[in-house]
Amino acid sequence: MTSGAQMPDVAVVGFVEAPNVRRTDGTTNGVEMLVPIFAEVLEQTGLSRRDIGFWCSGSSDYLAGRAFSFVSAVDAIGAFPPVMESHVEMDAAWALYEAWIKVLTGEADVALAYGFGKSSAGDLRRVLALQLDPYVAAPLWPDSVGIAALQCRLGLDAGFWGERDMAEVAVRARAAAMANSRAQLAGTVTADELLSAPYLADPLRAHDCAPVTDGAAVVVIAAADRARELCDRPAWISGFEHRIDSGQLGARNLCAAPSANAAGSAAGADGVDAAELHAPFTHQEIILRSALGLPGSVRVNASGGALAANPMFAAGLARIGHAARQVMSGAADRALGHATSGPALQQNLVCVMEAG
Amino acid sequence: MTEPSDALRNGPSDSPREGPLSAPLEISFDYTRSLGPVLSQFMTALADRQILGSKSADGRVHVPPAEYDPVTFAPPEELVPVGPDGTVQTWSWQPAPRDGQPLNRPFAWALIRLDGADTGLLHAVDGGSPDAMRTGMRVRPRWAAQRSGSIRDIECFEPAQGPAAAADAADRATAVDQNGRVPIEMITTPIRLRYQHTASAEESRYLRGLAEGKIVGQRCPACGKVYVPPRGACPVDGVPTSTDVELPDTGTVTTFCVVNVPFQGQRVKVPYVAASVLLDGADIAFQHLVLGCDPGEVRMGMRVRAVWKPRDQWGTTAENIDHFEPTGEQDAPYESYAHHL
Repeated sequence: MTSGAQMPDVAVVGFVEAPNVRRTDGTTNGVEMLVPIFAEVLEQTGLSRRDIGFWCSGSSDYLAGRAFSFVSAVDAIGAFPPVMESHVEMDAAWALYEAWIKVLTGEADVALAYGFGKSSAGDLRRVLALQLDPYVAAPLWPDSVGIAALQCRLGLDAGFWGERDMAEVAVRARAAAMANSRAQLAGTVTADELLSAPYLADPLRAHDCAPVTDGAAVVVIAAADRARELCDRPAWISGFEHRIDSGQLGARNLCAAPSANAAGSAAGADGVDAAELHAPFTHQEIILRSALGLPGSVRVNASGGALAANPMFAAGLARIGHAARQVMSGAADRALGHATSGPALQQNLVCVMEAG
Repeated sequence: MTEPSDALRNGPSDSPREGPLSAPLEISFDYTRSLGPVLSQFMTALADRQILGSKSADGRVHVPPAEYDPVTFAPPEELVPVGPDGTVQTWSWQPAPRDGQPLNRPFAWALIRLDGADTGLLHAVDGGSPDAMRTGMRVRPRWAAQRSGSIRDIECFEPAQGPAAAADAADRATAVDQNGRVPIEMITTPIRLRYQHTASAEESRYLRGLAEGKIVGQRCPACGKVYVPPRGACPVDGVPTSTDVELPDTGTVTTFCVVNVPFQGQRVKVPYVAASVLLDGADIAFQHLVLGCDPGEVRMGMRVRAVWKPRDQWGTTAENIDHFEPTGEQDAPYESYAHHL
């Protein structure tokens, strides 16, 4: 414990992500991506399926193009005899939040959260219009890149960041992803090379936008005694908070992320060595570093982050998993995982974890 | 490449390396929503070519109107007219418009602060080219010819030249009189989404089997249970079901219901029987029709056989089996299917 506060009750003890790819030939119910990573995380922790007291998933029927797609995914967990199970129609980082509450209340001592998304089945930029205000925004079918680009220009005009700052975020993400064998986009590039490309949606270029990814992720958490049995160095959850900004895009301060700031303050973002930020656009990483008050010394997105792989409904959970891995491996004593949901960083979740 | 010597996979067109079956899938439906008092006024005014904002207690004017203030959560004090001209706060260029967007030629998305408003309205600007766009530029609405009380009543915004048209205001007054301001209380938003739907590898083998008149299930390597249609993973054990099993087209009715209610799209005349049929050798029943006898004769334990459509109508679909009919055999004993109910 570094904070001297009361010993946290729950820790992350396992994390696996599926290979992040542009297109799988599996179904949109995720079973093909989930079966192998469940096996892998159970092997990693030495658990059997019957040891999991609570399962919680994050996915979206709009993305899958079918109703109740998460019910088919339940086949992958072997849900007979019946298991205790739940689902959120959002990034599985929020499924992990529900699982954390379940463990805190004592209803389960080991819980597993998973998220999956096969974005390649449809037109992701169009599907995401359905998360907008259904009266005055969604009927225009604004695409997700166009909206992020509105946010980006506000910051460019205000001098909060420049196109070169954004390109440098992409350069770092791709370089870091070279150490992550399951990343989708990795490599050595220079900001000059990236800036010579044409705009995708002025002022955003392709490198400013996360790739479209098919993928899945799973995180296992456990209560105190079980956590110590399952993992040499559990990543104890010392703060776990989420906040949301107004659904009215034009009423928000888009250059800041007030809800990320509030979640970070409440979760105790100070003093982390490493952070994994769910920033699907380069300028959003700059906003989040500032909103969370991360000094330059903090290692950000050692995994490559969402710019290297952005499986919808799993990328936020994977950020928490990668941050936990930093603690479990000993690379960090205190790490932060962040997840976002909604347009232009509308909703933000922060999970702070530390070594025991 | 030699196939595994598995009788179930040796169809001429079938190979384990053949990809899963996939097909385009278009989903379309309408969302019909009630507007509530604030948005009802906003939409009704749009149909009359007027834009309203909501005024909060602090004097800030939100456009589009906020049903509740995002900070204080108080309902608005009143709705007030804004615009029609406004200023672009930020914009982005859409070089390749997508289905359903306001314009079918390249345009800008923008947040537009209408004169008299304090927040930005998201809409499209018909700006011609990114070179012609700039933050701070003045724009005004271009109204749709047909208006129904929707954000789409504003076709888009366009660069403002000269003072806001007085003629437009006159037109509007006429329109108001003509419409008599019948409040618009509902909106309908059509949704259309396109996907490439993919069957699982197991479902694909099942569907390709059907195209050859076979019913192919799969056995769980852990518990030995046979699932048809195959599911990809055993719901008991959570492991992939990897062994194919060809099943006969005979089975037992485990349970059934008599359908007496006609509905749209029904392809069989009522009354008829929808039953759970447990194929011989399977561990999970599947639903099908039982025809060829009086519905009153169908019973639990009745032995049935698949009636296939003519071979030239077969495809990779379960519809190749038209229905099941009684075999005339003695009923199966209850114990033989009791644990499949």
